[in-house]
Amino acid sequence: MPPDFPFKKPTWPVKVPAPLPKRSIGIEYDTSWSRSPIACKLRSAYIKGLLRPSMYAIARPSIKGASELDLVEPPVIFVANHSSHLDTPLILSILPGTFSRKIAVAAAADYFFDRTWKAHLFSLTLGAIPVERKRPDRTSAKLAISLIQDGWNLVIFPEGGRSPDGWLQEIRGGAAYIAEHTKRPIIPIHISGTYQIMSKERSQVSPGSTRVTFGHPIIYSDDQNVRHVNDLIYKSLARLADESSTDWWNATKRHAKGESPSLSGPDSAAWLRAWKLPNPRNESNVDT
Amino acid sequence: MSPRPGYVLEVDRTTPPVLFWNGEGYLLERLPPEQSRIVYPPDPLKPLEDPTEHIRNALSHPIGDSQPLKSLLHPGMRLTIAFDDVSLPLPPMQQPDVRQLVIEEVLELAADAGIEDVALIAALSLHRRMTEQELRHALGDRIYDAFAPYGLLMQHDAEDPDGLVFLGTTDLGEEVEINKRAATSDLLVYVNINLVPMDGGHKSVATGLASYRSVRHHHNVETMLNSKSFMDMHHSELHSANWRMGRYIKEQGIKVFQIETTLNTNTFPPQFSFLQKREWEWGPKDRASFIASSKALSIMGDRARRALFHSIKAPLQLTSIQAGEVEAVHQVTIDNVLKQQLVNVDGQTDILTMGLPYISPYNVNSIMNPILVACLGLGYLFNMYIGKPLVREGGVVIMRHPTPLAFNTAHHPSYIDFFEEVLADTTNPAEISKYEESYATDPWYRELYRTGHAYHGVHPFYMWYWTAHALDHLSSVIVVGGNTKAVKRLGFRPASTLADALEMAEDSVGGSPTITHIRVPPLMMAEVS
Repeated sequence: MPPDFPFKKPTWPVKVPAPLPKRSIGIEYDTSWSRSPIACKLRSAYIKGLLRPSMYAIARPSIKGASELDLVEPPVIFVANHSSHLDTPLILSILPGTFSRKIAVAAAADYFFDRTWKAHLFSLTLGAIPVERKRPDRTSAKLAISLIQDGWNLVIFPEGGRSPDGWLQEIRGGAAYIAEHTKRPIIPIHISGTYQIMSKERSQVSPGSTRVTFGHPIIYSDDQNVRHVNDLIYKSLARLADESSTDWWNATKRHAKGESPSLSGPDSAAWLRAWKLPNPRNESNVDT
Repeated sequence: MSPRPGYVLEVDRTTPPVLFWNGEGYLLERLPPEQSRIVYPPDPLKPLEDPTEHIRNALSHPIGDSQPLKSLLHPGMRLTIAFDDVSLPLPPMQQPDVRQLVIEEVLELAADAGIEDVALIAALSLHRRMTEQELRHALGDRIYDAFAPYGLLMQHDAEDPDGLVFLGTTDLGEEVEINKRAATSDLLVYVNINLVPMDGGHKSVATGLASYRSVRHHHNVETMLNSKSFMDMHHSELHSANWRMGRYIKEQGIKVFQIETTLNTNTFPPQFSFLQKREWEWGPKDRASFIASSKALSIMGDRARRALFHSIKAPLQLTSIQAGEVEAVHQVTIDNVLKQQLVNVDGQTDILTMGLPYISPYNVNSIMNPILVACLGLGYLFNMYIGKPLVREGGVVIMRHPTPLAFNTAHHPSYIDFFEEVLADTTNPAEISKYEESYATDPWYRELYRTGHAYHGVHPFYMWYWTAHALDHLSSVIVVGGNTKAVKRLGFRPASTLADALEMAEDSVGGSPTITHIRVPPLMMAEVS
């Protein structure tokens, strides 16, 4: 009877320090194949044939401010608040072909790329690229910058992950950093309603209505810095949140006075924060 | 990033079987867990990126009390370039051989200087003459074709009364007799490949270009018993004797420009790369290569298997070159050899195991006969230490090798008689010397050495002397898988399996012995604390 080794993989002696795992997944996963013409066509067919009908059935989006997209030429950087796994499919479903044909989505490397099958699946179906969110790493920023310079649009959720309670979390500097290095416009998008359909804590889908509001492009100028641009992103999202539940003119006036409703929610008990969360199903919850 | 250093693995139940060389083949063996350890050599060092540039730089910036080579060359002078023979490196390296690269640069300088009288000498000492193919491999066609047709590419003849010159005796009465062409040259350039610490230094000329009359003063039992080990220059009588002779040669006005080179341990080409990987790192390709090659070797005949292995050309690469005054150069060389080969090992062991490969310095393109098996295991591998031997005094060495009862009659004629006559009488290195003179002076052996491709008649004695320190140190030597008759004639104990050998060894070292396996080649030197 032949010994296990060499017919089988050798055992690793316990006294030998294990090597660092080969990082062919996670942040090191090579997504270039998912931007090949064939993969793009497959993705486009998937979005048009399956994703879009599904999202319109589940999330029933109403869209505001889409005309803002007419003002810019690709590539652009889309930044959106993030409270549900539905946010990405929703954005991909409603973007016009000018932008969705060449689009990449920044996705958490530790979640969407921690298994080979997941990495393959999400890079093919969503055009996902891995982003390190647990430690400083320039790899993902470099990839994103090179993609934009190559004509690809980018979707990024600047909070770095889904909101646990539906309110906006702190905005990180990734989007502003990429804009600084590419000088491409940032298009803010506010999404409301997806948290109620499928929140971080709830895996079941409860169909409902959503609102997606596009904002005015933010252009990174030389006299700005990352913190300044982050502030602009926050204010734009706050204005869009206001606009989504009221109307453009009133939201614009409140924005001009610096009186847009807070997106981070009241500093109070958890139930009260949940109670105050804007909800397309209950417009009166908007905190003004 | 530096290459990985050597590694000592304590064997436990998670340790995969370890590779044992077995002559012209190899196999995997399990060592007893919790009492065994495996010593792995360091990974190959990064080679020099531009060897030619480094060679030129070494020649123009010599070490020690020496002028640049260029300023030592002038028209009308007599220049001799000596070089190491086929015993180095092991396995023979892929072309271009480092000797070719170095000698071409030396010849370029000689040509620029307008030197007419230039000759090359293969420093054979008492080794066999190299074949044309071997010379072409070592030197390249360009050098061979420029010198060989005119008789200017010579092979040292330690028995040529007209080709040797007696220089005198050292303070200890050692006769110094070396190659006449070398001794009568205005400058002798010696090109070394320093594979192990013993190579090079004064030994290059004092042994490589010496006669039997001279070599016998340090190639003997007393010297070997006082060399612990002969790979450690600070504790080697072999080294001391060569240094005495080398210094004497220098005092006689013979000017030597020493060039020494070190190579990394990139020993096997890609198809055999698994042979120098640690087993737990073998990937699917390595395992497939092992399985396929083992199967192929098992159905091949001896001749085909030997031809296959001896066709291997090692992808060895230059890691350093230093030139100039002999002793200063050699000191730097030793540091560079040890940088590649040294492994720190904590303490001695009861039983030392080793798988012996198909090649030793004395059977390149030839058969590893039983005497060479003994020499490789107990002469070379046992002595690859600094400080203390890997195995304790009274310990046991277990070697794995088929030890075929076979000899190459062209290369090793005196070995056959040595095996049948001398070893049949005694295997004690101290006692065999009574036969030495008759073999050394035998006219037939001398003729074969001088005109054929035979090792000198005395050579098998030297191989046996080489084992003297190990035989003195050990209580028993066991050969696994060897030809029983051959093993017994060597005075060793035959065993069918490693398990049997370990059980037999317990007779000498007691129960639950500690076991150390050296995973060579590639070569390594153990510094035993």
